Amino acid sequence: MRASSFFAFVLLSAAASLAQAQALGYADARHLLARTGFGATDAEVRDAARLTREQAVDRLLEGTRRTAVSPPPAFVDDAVVPYRKVREMSAEERMAFRRTLFDQGLELRAWWIGEMAATPSPLTERMTLFWHNHFATSQQKVRFSQLMYRQNALLRREALGNFATLLHGIARDPAMLVWLDNARSRREAPNENFAREVMELFTLGEGHYGERDVKEAARAFTGWSLEPASATFTYRRAWHDDGEKVVLGTEGNLDGDAVLDVLLARPETARFIARKLWLEFVSPTPDAREVERWAQVFRAAHYEVKPLLRAVLLSPAFWARENRGTLTRSPVDLVVGTLHTFSIHPADFRPAAVTVALLGQNLFSPPNVKGWAGGDAWIDSATLLGRRQFAERVFRGSGESMMKARAEAGDAAPSASKAEGPARYRNILQRGFGAYAFDAASWQGPLDEREARNLDALVLPVPPVAAPAAASGIERLQALVADPAYQLR
Amino acid sequence: MSADRRAFLRAAGLAPLAAAWPAVARAAASPASSMLVLVELKGGNDGLNTVIPFADPQYAALRPRLAVAREQVVQLDERTGLHPALAPLKAVWDARELAIVQGVGYPQPNLSHFRSIEIWDTGSRSDEYLESGWIARAFARAPRPASLAADGVVIGNAGMGPLAGRGVRALSLATPEQFLRNARLAREEGEGTSNPSLAHILQVERDIVASARRIIPSRTFVQAFPPGPFGAAVNTTAQLAANPSGVAVVHVSLGSFDTHANQPGTHAALLRQLGEGLIALRGALQEIGRWDSTVIATYSEFGRRARENLSNGTDHGTASPHFVLGGAVRGGLYGAQPELDRLDGNGNLAYAVDLRAYYATLLKQCWGIAPGNVFGAEHRPLPLFEKSI
Repeated sequence: MRASSFFAFVLLSAAASLAQAQALGYADARHLLARTGFGATDAEVRDAARLTREQAVDRLLEGTRRTAVSPPPAFVDDAVVPYRKVREMSAEERMAFRRTLFDQGLELRAWWIGEMAATPSPLTERMTLFWHNHFATSQQKVRFSQLMYRQNALLRREALGNFATLLHGIARDPAMLVWLDNARSRREAPNENFAREVMELFTLGEGHYGERDVKEAARAFTGWSLEPASATFTYRRAWHDDGEKVVLGTEGNLDGDAVLDVLLARPETARFIARKLWLEFVSPTPDAREVERWAQVFRAAHYEVKPLLRAVLLSPAFWARENRGTLTRSPVDLVVGTLHTFSIHPADFRPAAVTVALLGQNLFSPPNVKGWAGGDAWIDSATLLGRRQFAERVFRGSGESMMKARAEAGDAAPSASKAEGPARYRNILQRGFGAYAFDAASWQGPLDEREARNLDALVLPVPPVAAPAAASGIERLQALVADPAYQLR
Repeated sequence: MSADRRAFLRAAGLAPLAAAWPAVARAAASPASSMLVLVELKGGNDGLNTVIPFADPQYAALRPRLAVAREQVVQLDERTGLHPALAPLKAVWDARELAIVQGVGYPQPNLSHFRSIEIWDTGSRSDEYLESGWIARAFARAPRPASLAADGVVIGNAGMGPLAGRGVRALSLATPEQFLRNARLAREEGEGTSNPSLAHILQVERDIVASARRIIPSRTFVQAFPPGPFGAAVNTTAQLAANPSGVAVVHVSLGSFDTHANQPGTHAALLRQLGEGLIALRGALQEIGRWDSTVIATYSEFGRRARENLSNGTDHGTASPHFVLGGAVRGGLYGAQPELDRLDGNGNLAYAVDLRAYYATLLKQCWGIAPGNVFGAEHRPLPLFEKSI
């Protein structure tokens, strides 16, 4: 018994090291690209399939960008109207102001979706989105797209950079200062919102600090505020409490940076991030020992993200068969992945941004500071049907029916320019989808068995639930994107 | 004054008459099983500025800027009143169909939104982590009839909350028409899979197919509904109440009530939507003879700090008052007035009614489910109801 299990172990480790040295092949290459980016074209998968695991992972990590390739919307450099002025506006001014905010917000979302679809560094965008969900900040309260953009640029710069640098940057980030009320926190009555969330959601996790730590930390962040005219960080000495504080056992005249360093010195912080990365890259059920190993890599690397990610992407768990297709695609995964995989290049990404929002992931507006719950929570009866509807529209088929869809949409949106809020969203969606032309003509012909299998392997991470009958390319494709497995990665 | 008015209504015989009409209408309709409408006030509602202890001098002292002036309060008795934006609910109070349960909370309160709403959604203790929602657990033990259109419906994008968990047939939808339009895209397919994410998708799909057979297209009401998403959610709730197959639980939500800064305008606007929405729902339910068989109950992850902060807002708190409305409700004040002179170390209120006792009351009234099976401990139901459904 013991001998045979030893033998099995030798075989397994031999197989594992063999896998390390071998070329990935199609399925593994697809797995790597789907998990680290947003879908991949057939050509991209074939290209990565020639590399070994290590080569492929290192190539991904070496080539990452710290800035977007797409030029941001022009308004991001516009001055921000001070919040005080907004409160003094007349009803009419306020209406116009809201309209501007809405339009700019949509433009900003479309810009990011477009960047995700077009970037040569999709891992950068996946990690930027990961940090957006981690430091979840909502435009519903921040309001100005300029501030959301600035935060997005910070998240992207450090997406694969250094977590400690990112944390210190976020604590001074204008959107965050507004979102968690620290901008108004003064020593007479410290606002606890940021102090609490920085421990619970950004570093330690629930259960690793006490109410007293929150109160003391809140004192340390008093005076970290905003310059109204420029909406940039400013330190207001008169608002700051420079008395003695005790946070997690560390005593002294702590300021905000000192508190962040106390949090970064705790082992729970690296563990908390490593566990979230498991959920993002591996499966819904983290393995505590492996997470602990990653956490140690992270701490040893002084919170550099790339060594951590390299450990994640080269771990046996990442490649394990039983973890394939166990993650539910987010709305962004689904929509951007569909556009990218099938080389759909819309001129206008606003309908995609709206689709993603209607499916439950309104970028720049997470539901709360905990971000999107993700996993099974992405899928309920409304969003599952919405996802099917999205796929049905994109893969509707021949140019003729695309034209028809466009005409129907035109009829359905008569008062588009007058509508507000969700109604405007719907109108943009209906008018916009006509432009999401999928090249149906090239998929019309019949597929032989090998081509059919290859299409399945490109579109789905695991075999389809309902095996499609052999059919023309377009019919098979329609069946695959309607399959429940299309919601997985 | 309000007591006078109530006395007048009773004397004039109007209250019983108002209550009798829907009962007659209900008898004519199909035998409607009871429906619970849960209204989640997301973000933590400021209870002290919702049900206001205006006669307590501590109230104004703790809230020099935020206290609602005594003359603006909608007075219910000589010391308790409603925020002026909740004025529409006065009619329900006068009809003795509004129960206000003060001080609903739990021991060892958690001040995090996420942990605290998890405690409310699952009905757990503060130191206990449960996976499924309290409604889902109750229905797992006492299954609802398979003939229902759905066990529960969550309206809007709120997560499944108290309905989360296996074994409960719960849907999330915006309107019945939209649901039916899209349901044709769902199919019943394969069952067995070891992949839990895939299993979840297949389960949702089976639920859609099962419910699509029973959800009927919209009916129109004489009752008008207020504009905005909450008004629309209330309209959909009324549609579901009118469905002959029935739905056991409807969940709607409103918010964010997380008013750390500049509270007055935001809070008033939200309470106005709440009051107008609930009064419209009452009208619609009366119209279809379902007011007596429906219970509407609010909840929220916590109330807010008794003392206002320096940002003209309030920070996370603990216990808060909640509303229970319905034709079978015995109107009045329950629980205990907030004790503003007995705040805890964080400056928060002590609870008077355990949230599990609050839930036990709803479970017993709506479906006769014993709380011991759901919460692991006995929680005595509150006497909120005039008659059983």
